[in-house]
Amino acid sequence: MNRHFRQFAVLCATAFSLSAHAQLSIEVTGAGATRIPVTIADFGGEPGAARAITTVIRGDLERSGMFKLVEQAQSPLTEATSIDFNAVRSRGADAIAAGSIGATADGRHEARFRLHDTNKQSQLAGAAFVTSTSLLRAAGHRIADVIYEKLIGEPGIFSTRIAYVVKAGVGRFELQIADADGQNAQAALISKEPIISPVWSPDGGRLAYVSFENKKPVIYVHSLATGKRTVVANFKGSNSAPAWAPDGRRLAVVLTKNGGSQIFLINADGSGVTRLTTSGSIDTEPQFSPDGQTVFFTSDRGGSPQIYRVSVSGGNTQRVTFEGTYNVTPRLSPDGKSMAFISRRDGGFRLAVMDLASRQTQILTDSQKDESPSFAPNGRMILIATEIGGRGVLSAVSVDGRIKQRLSVAAGDVREPAWGPYQK
Amino acid sequence: MKKLIVPALLALLIAGCSSTPDTGAEQSGAPVEGRDGVRTVTAGGVGSSQLPAILTDPKSILSKRSVYFDYDSFEIKPEFKDLVSAHAKFLVENRQFKMLIQGNTDERGSREYNIALGQKRSDAVKKALMLLGAREEQLESVSLGEEKPACVDQSESCWAKNRRGDMLYNGEF
Repeated sequence: MNRHFRQFAVLCATAFSLSAHAQLSIEVTGAGATRIPVTIADFGGEPGAARAITTVIRGDLERSGMFKLVEQAQSPLTEATSIDFNAVRSRGADAIAAGSIGATADGRHEARFRLHDTNKQSQLAGAAFVTSTSLLRAAGHRIADVIYEKLIGEPGIFSTRIAYVVKAGVGRFELQIADADGQNAQAALISKEPIISPVWSPDGGRLAYVSFENKKPVIYVHSLATGKRTVVANFKGSNSAPAWAPDGRRLAVVLTKNGGSQIFLINADGSGVTRLTTSGSIDTEPQFSPDGQTVFFTSDRGGSPQIYRVSVSGGNTQRVTFEGTYNVTPRLSPDGKSMAFISRRDGGFRLAVMDLASRQTQILTDSQKDESPSFAPNGRMILIATEIGGRGVLSAVSVDGRIKQRLSVAAGDVREPAWGPYQK
Repeated sequence: MKKLIVPALLALLIAGCSSTPDTGAEQSGAPVEGRDGVRTVTAGGVGSSQLPAILTDPKSILSKRSVYFDYDSFEIKPEFKDLVSAHAKFLVENRQFKMLIQGNTDERGSREYNIALGQKRSDAVKKALMLLGAREEQLESVSLGEEKPACVDQSESCWAKNRRGDMLYNGEF
């Protein structure tokens, strides 16, 4: 199994060493408590395209830590092949996916597949995706998403994208967008000055972030398809920590224009500023609850940085964290039931998750320098920045702490990750 | 003469920016485009050539621009009172001058929380300057947090260099 993955990783490293952009490479440690044994058959059709798509599907499922790939007996298997369920089951697979790549009349690819339950000997799912050669990987991710959802019971996140910042030497910062598997990295912004705190708009089309290109922190909203940038907040003083409201029309931001770091609400076009918090302390790192009714934030009003929440209409502020002297960067799970944050424990800054109903907290890492947690849209994994050997890398950690994937680039520090929403 | 060179250089830089999009070109047609996403910044500002010698002469106290802070502290230490007073006096006597005060922190902890901590440092310098007669409209206090370290080693002596407020005059930012 591990050897299989290593071969995949080496293949990727070789394929992308020629790329102009530094690609993320992924290393997995740990696996889920129970992994579903599944066979992804070699797809039929044009061999190059078929191999490319099955490699993507297998890579996605394996990296998730939720599946155990079982090699097949028959080869190749298409969606039309009648499957020898006894043979598949004798090798231990609970499910098998088979499919093919065909050509459409207009020269594109059509990827068809079927997923079968080997015990019930029945079809679980079937789908077809039409795609151009350059998007063949995307079709593979779609198929992996269908398999994941059918077998796990919640949506897959293989078709989502992530944003992060690469510091490539002195005076070069790149805000990059990549597929969730680290491939297809593209720079949305290159700057000589730092870029921090990227956050995806709920529709996945825009990023808000803080750029220091004007010698001070200024908040921008950047449309990814067009590259158009809008200054959302450039008031006197510092402008930072943007967070989208779930409706995608407003943001919570931190401004110092009235003295001190305080949280304000502002429209995505920079209009309509209203103040949310009024304290003589630091109030920063706002984050909306998924229902948009509550804003979680970090404040030192109690003497040390702790997490609080306030109603979006102001008032009714409650303290959320009590354990330890440094709890920062609240990030709500998509269902709003739990909160990821960074807690200083035993001298290290570590990823923690709190169940908001019971207030029970679990520390998920033993790192020294975890930062910037970000939930996958299905709530299963949390992406963080951390440091290994003095270099910034990203790490995806399952909410139970069992599965860890490390994403790094060969040349440079990676930091400030943000997991994008489901692709429409 | 020097005053003419700076705008000419700037014009060249701006022309360079618009004619040579330097990223994403190899990714044309992809859903994420970098072409319009690049904004070349003239790092370091336009230089200090426009400033009076008293602000740049190494023998002048005004050439010193940094106030250093203790860990988790936002108080201006006694050894920096003379420096802050000298800059306040300059701002009082030269009302046309504006100053950007950039607060900085060491690298430990959350980047955004460090922005807020750096702001407390730049606000402390701003407040001290105002108490000594500088006007609010001459001053802007901002924070760079941990993003622009003067020293990058992971040691206390290095972190101490990063816990600072820097005073920049117009032309320097």
